[in-house]
Parts: sequence; C-alpha cells; structure tokens
Amino acid sequence: MRYLPLTEVDRRGMLAAIGVPSMDNLYQDVPESARLKRPLALPDHQGELAVERALSELAARNLPASAVPSFLGAGAYRHHVPAAVDHLIQRGEFLTSYTPYQPEISQGTLQYLFEFQTQVALLTGMEVANASMYDGATACVEAVMMAIRLTKRKKAVLSGGLHPHYRDVAATLARYTGFELDMAAPDPTGAEDLATRIDGETACVVVQYPAVFGHIRDLTGLAQACHAKGALLIVAVTEIVSLGAIRAPGDMGADIVAAEGQALGNGLNFGGPYLGLFATREKFVRQMPGRLCGQTVDAEGRRGFVLTLSTREQHIRREKATSNICTNSGLCALAFTIHLSLLGEAGLRQLAALNHAAAVTLAERLARVPGVSLVSDQFFNEFTLRLPKPAAAVVDALAERRILGGVPARRLWPERPELGHLLLVAATEVNTPTEMAAFATALEEVLR
Amino acid sequence: MTGMEGRPTRPATPSASATATVSGHRGLAMEQPLIFELDAPGRTGVDLPAPPPVASRLGALARQGPIGLPGLAEPQVVRHYTRLSQKNYAIDAGLYPLGSCTMKHNPRLNERLARLPGFADLHPMQPTGTTQGALELIDMVAHWLKVLTGMPAVALSPGAGAHGELCGMVAIRAALEDRGDARRRVLVPASAHGTNPATAAAIGYTVDELPADARGRVDLAALTAKLGPDVAAIMLTNPNTCGVFENDIVEIARRVHAAGAFFYCDGANFNAIVGRVRPGDLGIDAMHINLHKTFSTPHGGGGPGSGPVVLSAALAPFAPVPWVVHGDKGFRLVETGEGDAKPFGRLKGFHGQMGMFVRALAYMLSHGGDGLLQASSDAVLAANYVLARLSDVMSAPYPGPCMHECLFDDRFLKDTGVTTLDFAKAMIDEGYHPMTVYFPLVVHGAMLIEPTESESKDSLDRFVETMRALASRAKAGDAAFFHEAPRLAPRRRLDETRAARQPVLRWRPTAPPQAAE
Repeated sequence: MRYLPLTEVDRRGMLAAIGVPSMDNLYQDVPESARLKRPLALPDHQGELAVERALSELAARNLPASAVPSFLGAGAYRHHVPAAVDHLIQRGEFLTSYTPYQPEISQGTLQYLFEFQTQVALLTGMEVANASMYDGATACVEAVMMAIRLTKRKKAVLSGGLHPHYRDVAATLARYTGFELDMAAPDPTGAEDLATRIDGETACVVVQYPAVFGHIRDLTGLAQACHAKGALLIVAVTEIVSLGAIRAPGDMGADIVAAEGQALGNGLNFGGPYLGLFATREKFVRQMPGRLCGQTVDAEGRRGFVLTLSTREQHIRREKATSNICTNSGLCALAFTIHLSLLGEAGLRQLAALNHAAAVTLAERLARVPGVSLVSDQFFNEFTLRLPKPAAAVVDALAERRILGGVPARRLWPERPELGHLLLVAATEVNTPTEMAAFATALEEVLR
Repeated sequence: MTGMEGRPTRPATPSASATATVSGHRGLAMEQPLIFELDAPGRTGVDLPAPPPVASRLGALARQGPIGLPGLAEPQVVRHYTRLSQKNYAIDAGLYPLGSCTMKHNPRLNERLARLPGFADLHPMQPTGTTQGALELIDMVAHWLKVLTGMPAVALSPGAGAHGELCGMVAIRAALEDRGDARRRVLVPASAHGTNPATAAAIGYTVDELPADARGRVDLAALTAKLGPDVAAIMLTNPNTCGVFENDIVEIARRVHAAGAFFYCDGANFNAIVGRVRPGDLGIDAMHINLHKTFSTPHGGGGPGSGPVVLSAALAPFAPVPWVVHGDKGFRLVETGEGDAKPFGRLKGFHGQMGMFVRALAYMLSHGGDGLLQASSDAVLAANYVLARLSDVMSAPYPGPCMHECLFDDRFLKDTGVTTLDFAKAMIDEGYHPMTVYFPLVVHGAMLIEPTESESKDSLDRFVETMRALASRAKAGDAAFFHEAPRLAPRRRLDETRAARQPVLRWRPTAPPQAAE
C-alpha cells in the first residue's frame, strides 16, 4: 500500500518493542461488543491508475462551466485564475502545513495571512480584517452575532437583496442562538427602504452590495440611519472583484464587511471550498471572530508574525469565546492573496472594468430579445432579467443547447412563485463576444 | 590549513560573525519584505485587454481614488511566495507530530483529481442535469462514511470540524424541541477540544465540565451524578484527547440515553479506529468527521477543512439542507426539505466542501476497506511504539496502550528549569515540528504526540533518539540551551505579548513627510 511505509518486519519489531503479541492487545480498551469481527463491505485498495479512472469517469458526467458559454453568478463567479496561483498554492510547504501555532517555523503562512488581512482591509475600505472564515454566508452570520455582542441588542434586519443562502444561514443561527430577524421581502429592483425598519432594538442591518439581483445602491444614507439609532451596518459582498470598480463599503459607513472571496484565486468547485472575508473597525477588533495574524519582533529584534488576540478564541476561552470557529480557509486565502498580488492596483481596476463592460454589453443585448426586460438599473457584473416564461424551464432548455444561462430566481427562492420569471445573469472577463451572441441567439430560440 | 592548490582542507571554525551577511539572507534562508514594500505604481503581473467602450452602469458609485494595492510583475510574485513557503515546516518536509491534528501524508493524486474540470469548474447552481457525476460523487462519499461509521445518515455541508459540531449540536437541540423537551445543560469533559464548549455555549447551552478520572477517562460516577432531566447531551471525544479509548463508552451511551439525553462524539480522532470500531455500535447519536484529518485532505496552513456529521436514526430527520437523493431521474439536490424530513435549516452557502469530497473519496478508494484498517492500525502502532520508547525518559501520566497519539506531561522536566514550551522549541532546531503542547488541559505541561501511519520505522527511530537526547540534556541541567531555542529557525522566539498588547494587524504605508508650511 503506497501510502504506508511500515513493512511487516517493522510491524513485528515494533510490537515486540512495545511488548505485546498483536495489534488486538493495543485495542484492549475497546469493549468486546463494539469490536468489528468482519471486514466492512467496501472494496479493497486500488492503484493510482484505477482510482484516477473511477473519478475521471464521474467528472466526465458533468458539464463544466469552462466547456460551454456560462453565465452563472449568484454568489460564485468564474474568473480567469493566473497559472502561477495554482502552482504556488501546491507547494508542499503551504499545502501540507498546519495552523501556524509554532510561529518560528510558520512565518510563510503568517506573513501571507498578514498580507491577506491588509489586502482585504484595503479592498473593503475597513481598518482591520481577520485571517478568513469558511465562506461568505458563515462570515455574514458571524458578523450579525458580533453586532449583537457589541450592541447588546437582539434584532437583525436583513435586506431583500441578500443572497437567500446567507439569509437562511442567519435564520438557522438566529433560531438556535436566540436572536430575532426582520427579513425584508425579495427586492429585485432595489427599491426597499430599510431605514424605516430600524428601531432601538436593532443590532444591525445586513445589506448585500452588489445585491443578489445585481443592483448597486449607495449605502451612505442607510449607514447614517443605522448609526442614528445605535445600530451597525453590515455589508455582505459576494463578488469581491466588484470592489475594484465600485465604492468601498467602508467608504460609505459600513461597520462590518462580510464577503465571499472565491472570485479571486479560487475556482467554482461546485460550491466549496471558498473563503469568507471579514473586515471591521479597529475599535471592534476584540469582538471579532476567527484567527488574526499580527506583527511583532523576535528575540533578535527582527520583524515576524504570530497569531494574536487569541483570548477571543475557543482554544483559550472555551465556552466564553467570540465564536466556535477554529479552522479558517488558509489555502483559499493564499490563492486570493497571490491572485490579488499578481493583479495589483492596475490589474484589479482593469479586471473590474472588463467585468462591468461584459455585463453591460450582455445585458443590453439580452434586453433586445423579444419579451425580455432588464430589471436592474445600476449593476456591476450581474443583473436580473424578466423573461416571458418561467426561468427554470428556460435555463433547462438552454442547458440542452449547451449554454449555462444563469440562475433562475426560483432556485434561490423556491417559496416565491412571483419570482418565477426572473433570471440572474452574470458576465465576467472570461465571456467572449461570441459566447454572448450565442447566448442571445439561444435565448431567442428558447423563448420563441 | 590549505592544500597545495590553496584549497582549504578543513572548514573554518564558525563564529558569530559568520552568520551576519550583507543581504540579510543566510544561504537558502531568504529574508523577504511584505508585498506592499515591493510596489511600483502601475506595474502588474497580468496582461488584460482594454475593456470595450460601454456606457457605465455604475452611476455615482464608481470607485474613486487609489485602493492601495501594490504592483508586482509575475516573477516577483512567484519569488515572493516561493521564499515565504520556504519559511514553513510541512508534512512534506518532515515528521509533524501534532497530537489531535493528524498530520498524515497528503497524496498528490487527490490534488490532481480535485482539479479535473468536471469537478473544479462546476458552478453550484448549474441545472442538476449537468452535474450528475458530481452528485453521484457526493452520494459515494456519504456511502463510505456511513459504512465506516455504521450510522444511517450523514450531513455533508459543514465546512470544518467545529462547524460539524455546530451541525450535530443543533440537530440535537432540534430533536429535543421537536419532542417538546427544553433541556439546557451539556456535559463536556475537561479534556475536550475548546470547540466543544464553545459550540455548546454558542447555541445557548450551559456547559457543565466533567472531570477526568485517574486513567484520563470520563469518571463514570461523576457522569452519572451529573445526568438529569435538564441534560441535553454529552460531548465526548473518542478516542479522547489523552490518546486513550473511553472503555466505558457503551455504558456511558446507555446512561446518557436512559437520562433522555443525546450522545455527541467529537470525531477528531476517528482515524485511530477506522475499520475496527464503528461509532454506530457504541451508541453515538452524532459525530463529525474531519476529512482533513482522517481522510488526508490537506491542512493548507489552517484550512479549508470539511466536517461531515454522521447522525443516528433519531437525529437524521433534522439534518440540514441540502442533501443528495437518487431517484428515477438520476441524482438530485434537496435544497429546502421534503417528505418527513424536518431539516433544522442551512449551515453554509451551497452544498459543502466539494473539493474536499473529491480528495477524501480518492483517499478512500486508494486505501479501500483493507487499507483504511491498516492505516488506523499503523497509526496506533506508531504511537504505542513512541510511547514505549520514551516512557523511561519522559513521563506518561496514563499507562498504555494508547490509541493514535501518546500523551506526556512535564514531570520529567521537574526542577530542570525547562518548560514544555522550551522543550518544544528545542525540537525545532532538531528539524522537527513540535508536538501539541499544553493540550489537553487535564495534565500539567502536556505534550501530545501523534506520529501517524505515514512514518517509516527509521523515521520514528530517529525521532525517538532525538527526543531521548533532548530529555537527557534537560535533565543534565543545560537549561540555557532550551531557553535560547530555537536558534536555527527562520525566526527566534517571537514576542507574542507585544503582538497582543500593541496589535499591528495590517501593513500601513509609512507617513509621507509633512509638507512645509
């Protein structure tokens, strides 16, 4: 067995050194009734070639978004990831290391986390960021729970432009950790007024920017309305590339930014692993969840980095911790950081401009398809269309023509039949004019 | 001394000044600034086309002013992160005996397969007719986990172990509420991972700590005394964090169930018993499995993880969405619940850590049922071998046999002036990542060693000899040697107090010189 270096001779010698006749003696503490007496009904070990064949066969039964014109967004975005990113994250020193608990021999991980935290703070326009969370949805609910700790209030207002998965994760935690949610109805046009929902019990308002329907709104007034009543503004961002083109949430008064970082450096991967971004104001840092990396010096006075402020965390505080989170998304954060380092200021701006141009071009083209109208007015790289037919059937018909034509709103809001004709469409730098033309033609055929 | 040709015949005696260099580098150990300190405005590591002219739809929200990101070309970025990588210890480089973390070999086949476009380039919201192979893969992972644990159901979406704990404990609370039972107390052994009490507290339970007995196990009498009608659950790690199997576990489960409570098992240490013991046969109601421990998905410097939770029949109806079902039209995703299910909600965006499922399945298929049993056996054998070979020079608080990890305390360092931390730092100079230190909390100066099944006997012997030599040196009174360690790592000991008291959590540009008035 290729992953097991011990030989039978080694095993016998080791048992002898321990002073027991067999492995069964080492398992003597297992109650007799609980010992498996027979092999499990599972196949035996296989060589690399056989395993590769088996899984390649499964992979071949999927239609990868990279193989066809694909216009899906709604919280996960396909971008071109430079080759250097995957090469670097596969270096064994990054891939096969653990959480940097021994900083003297983990400076590689710690320094990139420090760089990552800085990049996230700059992008979001916030003062500090942590070393990442599981994904955007879990980062968002952690932000709500942090606002509840900070304000000692119990209610969160959720925008109708918030991704339903983010809303549902918040609803699960609300029910079982004991806070209230005031959830606005789905808001395809960005017309909602959340300020009127804020009262003296409101810990925070959560708004997505750009919204799940694609529209973008100035949040300055909402931030002021929150602060006037002692509430915090939490801004969720699912497409982080957008912040290369649109105003930073921190610039508009956000108190916490909870974002999905997948769009930089990370593939679609059928939904995971992704990485949650979490940024806030310096004065709130001791209520932040998750790992934080900080700068310090070593015994010779040289700059170095360590995990810090861990008195917030479960391994020190146990039941008094700010969160139960332990693992972050280290390797996904590394991919994010390398991709953003390659882009730099100029590259990110250009990438964001390309995305916006692609989406505007596609939106204008699709809006000319008979019966189709554009719901979103201002948007970044994603927008909502109203179709003359139920969107789910249209998407299935497009898939038969080998076009992945967006996400039907009903997939995300199955309980809302009134959204049945809405389609969420995204375009990024990977979508060519030819693909867009093919999409428009196919949509015309399907709707005919 | 030089030879006839002037070549030195013996190395020069090293001196302190020999390590001082002009560049700050020391041979292959390169100093590397932050990326922000390598900036040249306008430079970039990508070549993108100019965007076509369109009428902007950003309105007044177009971003103004610089973001502050540095500009680097690709060679600089590649060199930067290559140099950073070289400052890390890794399993690829050496034995990594972090107890409870399971730093086993990460097969590269798994990495290759996770990157197949048929998995890596799938959007989670594609029509399910275009993702049948992916859904079948998820179903296969579920099947293997259910067979290996002897449990009837599994929730796959949790993003890591602690997230799995949250999933299992919420399922327990949902089941209790469903029967109108408002229990408020959760029993957690003192030796538990910090995530256990943190999870229980996060969902509103009062944590009641269970003491360990003299054998490092749950004190059955103390447990019985604490059980009552307000106890919702016990959270027990098995094998536990002292590295031993809870031999009363079947009786513990019986008493917990008799009291109307549920049994949550922290499955961080499942890797010790795979193929030999099924948690389902022990009376467990819920257990998370760290795919990044037992099933070799890479730890990646602290994630991403994956924490599926197996559930008993009593808890299965409360599993969170989504899940995969196989029907007459193939596989489909249940995203809101159906039938008799009473899902407690959703824990995460989309469908779970697919990239980790691919890697874990590749590992399971590679090992097969026979290989998984051999792997857990080898892990337990290696830990017992280390325990046997170090017991005379270090101090083990509990007698063996142990499971996949062996626990020592700091009694062997008594009166030497050397602490567990000092001892750990000296291991760094010897080329080893230290074991887990100061955990579990139930013994003083804990050192928890988990060698894993990935080490050869030669590797284990070299490790043992190093540890014996260090123990002898400590006992010989050479405390200064330990206090100054590490000397040979990329950094000496770091000032963690300063980091916490004066937090510097991001880079900031140095202030530009003030303009003259």
